[in-house]
Order: sequence, then structure tokens, then C-alpha cells
Amino acid sequence: MAAVVLENISKKYGNVTALKSISFQMDDGEIFGLIGPDGAGKSTLFRILATLLQADEGRASVAGHDVVKEYKQIRKKVGYMPGRFSLYQDLSVEENLSFFATIFGTTIQENYDLVKDIYVQIEPFKRRLAGQLSGGMKQKLALCCALIHKPEVLFLDEPTTGVDAVSRKEFWEMLQSLKEKNIAILVSTPYMDEAGLCDRIALIQNGEILKIDSPRQMIRDFKKPLYAIKTEHTYSALNYLRSASYTRSALPFGEFIHLTTAKSYTPFQIKDDLERVGIPIQEVKTAAPSIEDIFLDLSETNELIDG
Amino acid sequence: MQTLRYLIQKEFIQIFRNRALLPMMTLLPIIQLIVLSNAASNDVKEVRLVMVDNDQSEISRSLTRKISANDRFTLVEVSFSRDAAFELMQRNKVDIILEVPSNFEREYYRGETPKVQMLVNAINGQQATVGSGYLNNIIASLSAEIQRDEPLMIGAYTSPAKALVEASSNNWYNPELKYPHFMAPGILAELAALLTIVLSAMNVVREREIGTIEQINVTPIKKWEFILGKLVPFLCIGLVLVTVGLLASKLIFDIPIRGNLLLVFGYAVINLVCVLGLGLLISNFADTQQQAIFVAFFFVLIFILMCGLFTPIESMPKWAQYATIPNPLAHFISVTRKVLLKGSGFWDIRWEFIYTIILAVLFNVAAVWSYKKQQ
Repeated sequence: MAAVVLENISKKYGNVTALKSISFQMDDGEIFGLIGPDGAGKSTLFRILATLLQADEGRASVAGHDVVKEYKQIRKKVGYMPGRFSLYQDLSVEENLSFFATIFGTTIQENYDLVKDIYVQIEPFKRRLAGQLSGGMKQKLALCCALIHKPEVLFLDEPTTGVDAVSRKEFWEMLQSLKEKNIAILVSTPYMDEAGLCDRIALIQNGEILKIDSPRQMIRDFKKPLYAIKTEHTYSALNYLRSASYTRSALPFGEFIHLTTAKSYTPFQIKDDLERVGIPIQEVKTAAPSIEDIFLDLSETNELIDG
Repeated sequence: MQTLRYLIQKEFIQIFRNRALLPMMTLLPIIQLIVLSNAASNDVKEVRLVMVDNDQSEISRSLTRKISANDRFTLVEVSFSRDAAFELMQRNKVDIILEVPSNFEREYYRGETPKVQMLVNAINGQQATVGSGYLNNIIASLSAEIQRDEPLMIGAYTSPAKALVEASSNNWYNPELKYPHFMAPGILAELAALLTIVLSAMNVVREREIGTIEQINVTPIKKWEFILGKLVPFLCIGLVLVTVGLLASKLIFDIPIRGNLLLVFGYAVINLVCVLGLGLLISNFADTQQQAIFVAFFFVLIFILMCGLFTPIESMPKWAQYATIPNPLAHFISVTRKVLLKGSGFWDIRWEFIYTIILAVLFNVAAVWSYKKQQ
């Protein structure tokens, strides 16, 4: 059975279109990633699925229940962690957890095995107020609270935003272990490097889905030649590359410029061309594509079509 | 039931953990009660008076003596000129000008009815009406004295003294006209309503601002559970305030408690539920605490100014009198005054009960109905 089904979901806020006819399906026990920049419509999608917001058009169901007609059943079966930390900051860790357990009609003891792995990490601070926890701790507590009633589907809206690298890694390990307990997880993130940790991902921008596939398959499908260029004159290099006839796209990528071309060249040919116009280049190499490359490539093409 | 209990428990934990809020909720209202009950007095003292004595007779001089002997009046000046007296009033030095015309004494003994003129500065209405009332009494008593002491002087010219009808008044329920007795129960009612309406209006909005409501909304909590979970803790705080306030009023002002205290508390519960319902209703329509506080103050100000505490409801225009019916504060004040000062029983305050129950049901049903878990 599909954990989440969306059919042509659209949502507008006044004149702004937040979601344009979104459709996808998410299976049981799957980690499904929504990857996209801020303002892509990820949070709107979460709010619709968590029954907090009604879509203008389209149908959606969660755990086999319609989000409009059977929202009451859904609320018992999903765990939702909003993008903003929304537990009671003036209640302690323990009080927050038992509060959410009680309002779902359960107790901490009853589902302790589910949250145990996560809870032991924050248990030393159980008497501390939630507002005084570090960012990573807060997210772990929020995850515990979202899990305490043993949901079938978990909605995590940007759970790792503002969390340090170590905690982010730990957080994803926790998601993997939850997956083994057959909980379907829909997770959104603006970090492209986290995309590879999902079973499948949907690249989303301006309320539209650009592509849905497993991250590995996406990388395999990316056939365009890709070069990483290292230079201290990033700006002039970018300017030149964008006007060059062989360029498909040239984008800054950390300390490199990632360049895709229409035809295949050797790194030496590109270096030569840049140095010929007087831009000193430290290094040019062929690069393995990442999800970010694919995203940027797709979004550029998309804008070309739209524009 | 378990859920509701835990919601209430959670709210209490949060209230008691908020170190700044707790003394604000208990201490400040008591200070207000003490200060306001003393200050908000309608008692008229120190009426400043200027006498324009054109007669310079025995009678006019004894009138002057009588006035300066009365501790409500301060005789600023005895003048011969009306213009000088006007000048004093213009400069806001006096409240009343009393002018005795020339030939006053002669006309009086001749049996005519001479007139003294009283010019009252009505900018301060209270001072003017009450002051002129006192002054009338003084003049009347002087006239009675003369008729008693000098019957021959009068009898020479007039028929035998007319029988005088004297009206004596007595202030029941508050014989010494102690204003704190009158004000304290009303101010207490006002403070309890003010506190609870602001607390409840702010609370739900605060959850919305912080975002916690988002997490609550995805849970299977029922709407009425959520609203009741907010209502009960604040009701308890309101009742604590009423109790402490009554105790303070008794200890400090020695207000009489003639009626049944259970009746006061029974009514207080209904009234607080009513006001809390309004607060929660406001909070459902506000997105920020700022918005909530402005709307709450809109209602609070109208409630306070039209509750009969400062202006008697009977002296308002007709439409305003009807407008006090949906004002829970007016009923609260009426009940505390009636039960505490007058010793009224349930039957005497049944209308207050009926109106308040209707309002409480309306506000709370609207609050539950308008609380949207979904957008």
C-alpha cells in the first residue's frame, strides 16, 4: 500500500502559486526526499499532507485516508515535525514528551522501544527546558515527540536546517533505523548532500516537480560532460564561460565552477581556452555529477522553457 | 478526560514557571485595588467659595460664618465686587460664587422672599452639583434658625410661622458614605475581568506566534478540549484573585460582607467563564499578540467605562443603558455590590445570573466554533 498519494495537488496564496499540480506516490517504509530551495513549496506540501491546510485542487491521501474527508484518522497515524521548532520551550524535555504521548492517548513506556535509540541521547538532559537545548538536541526531541504515538508515516520538514554537521549525520542514521521499523518518511531538505541518503527524491522548484527518481539513478542518467574548474578569478571566468559557445551551463559550486558543455572536451582544452583570454586557472578536471549538478541543470532548463 | 487533565496540568506548569507573570497576576491587581479604592472617590471636599456680600447685614454675616465653619467649604475671600469674584472663577481659584443682594435682611424680615444667587463652576460637574447641594442645606438651616430664634422680628410682619417640612435623608447600606466600601467590590470585579480577558486573549495567540499550535493541531485533540484546557487554568487564577482581593478589601477597608459569599463565588465562576470565552474568541481572530491586546483593550475600555463603576448606569442615555446588558463587567459589579453591601439573595440577582449565563454560552460556543485547526 502507498503511504502517501498525491494527485494534481495545487495551492495558491493570493496571486502566488505555491504548488502546481503535484503528483507522486510514496511507498511504505520508504525514505522519500523533497529536495529544493527555500520557497519551492515544500512546507506547503507538508502542511497539506499533515491536514493543516487544504489544497485548492487535486486529491491526496495519507496512510490510505483522504486528507480532506478523513483527516481525523490521519492525525492519529502521522507524526509531523514542522520546519520551525514548535515544542513548548518552557517545558522540560521529559514534560514535552509525556505531553505529546498523553494527547495521543498513549504513554512513553508503551512506545519506548521506538524512540529509545534517540531518547537515550537526550535523556541526560531530560529535566532541562526545551528552549535551552542546542539545535541538534531540539531536533532529536522533536523527532521523539513526533514518534511517540507510533505513527505510520512521518513528515519531517527541513529537520536538519540549522543543525551542525555531526548532528545532521546522526539524525540521518536515526531515519535509516526508523525505516527498518517500516515507517514511511517524507523528509525535505535544502541540503543536496542529504539527497543521496534517501531512497527516492523529488526535485522541486517554484511549486513544480522537476524529476522524481532514486538519487543513484539520477546520477547515472546524467550524461552531460561535467568539468570542475578552480580559479581565483571566479567572477570573470564565469562571465566568460557563460558567453562561450560550447557552454551549456556554468555555475559556482563551492570553490569550483561547474561547467557542463554540449560536446565532450578534455580538461586541458578548457583550461587552454580560459588562459587564452587571460584568466589564470589553477585546475580543470572532469567531475562526477552530484544531485546539486542535476538540480541546477534541470532548473536552468526549466527556466529556459518557462521563460 | 485524560487528555484534558494533561492539557490543564501543562498550562499550570507553564504559568508557575513564568517567574515574571505570577507576581504580575497576583500582586499588581491587589496594589491597584488598594490604590484605586482610595483614590477613585466621589466624595466632595474642599469646595472653594467666594462670597459677594452686598448687604453687610447681621444675616449675611452669620451666613458667612456658617459657611466658613463648615469643613467642606473653603472661604477663599469675602468680596464686595461681583467682577472681582468672577475674576477669581475665571482663574479657577473658586468653584462657587455666592452673592447676597443688598437689602437682603430688610426684605427677609419684611416677609418677602429675597434671593441669594449661587454661581457654580460646572466644569467640574461633581464638585458643582454636590457643592451647591451642601450650600443649599446651609442656607435652609440658617433660615430655619432665624425663624426659630427671632419669631418676633418675623411675626411682626407676617402671618404665624408656616410649618416647615423637613426632609431628612439617611444613606442605607453605606451609612457613613465610605467610598472604599462602595468602590472596592466594583474595582475587584473589574480587575478580575481585566486580568482574565488579557491572559486568555494573549495565550492562544502566543502559541500561534511561537508555532506550538502547529504541533497541537496535528494531534487528535478535540477543539473543545483545547479551549477548555485553556479556560480552566485561567478560571482558577481569576478565582484566586477574587479571593485574595476580597480578603484584602475586608482587612484594609473593612468592607461589609452582608450576603452569602458562596453566591459571590458562584457568580464569579460564571462571569469569569464568560469573560474568558471572549478572550479566547479574540485570540482566535488575532495573528499576533499585538493585535490581540489591541482588540482586548477595545472591549476592556468599553466594559470599564460603561460598567457603572464610575458613571451610574441610571444616568446614562437610554441606548447606553441597554448596551450594558451584554457587558459582563456591569453584572459582576452589580452582584458584588448587591450581595456584599446590601446582603441580597439569589432572587435579587437572578437577572445578572441569567444575562451572564447567556453571554458565557455565546462567547464560549463562538470560541470553540471559530478555533480552526485547519486553514
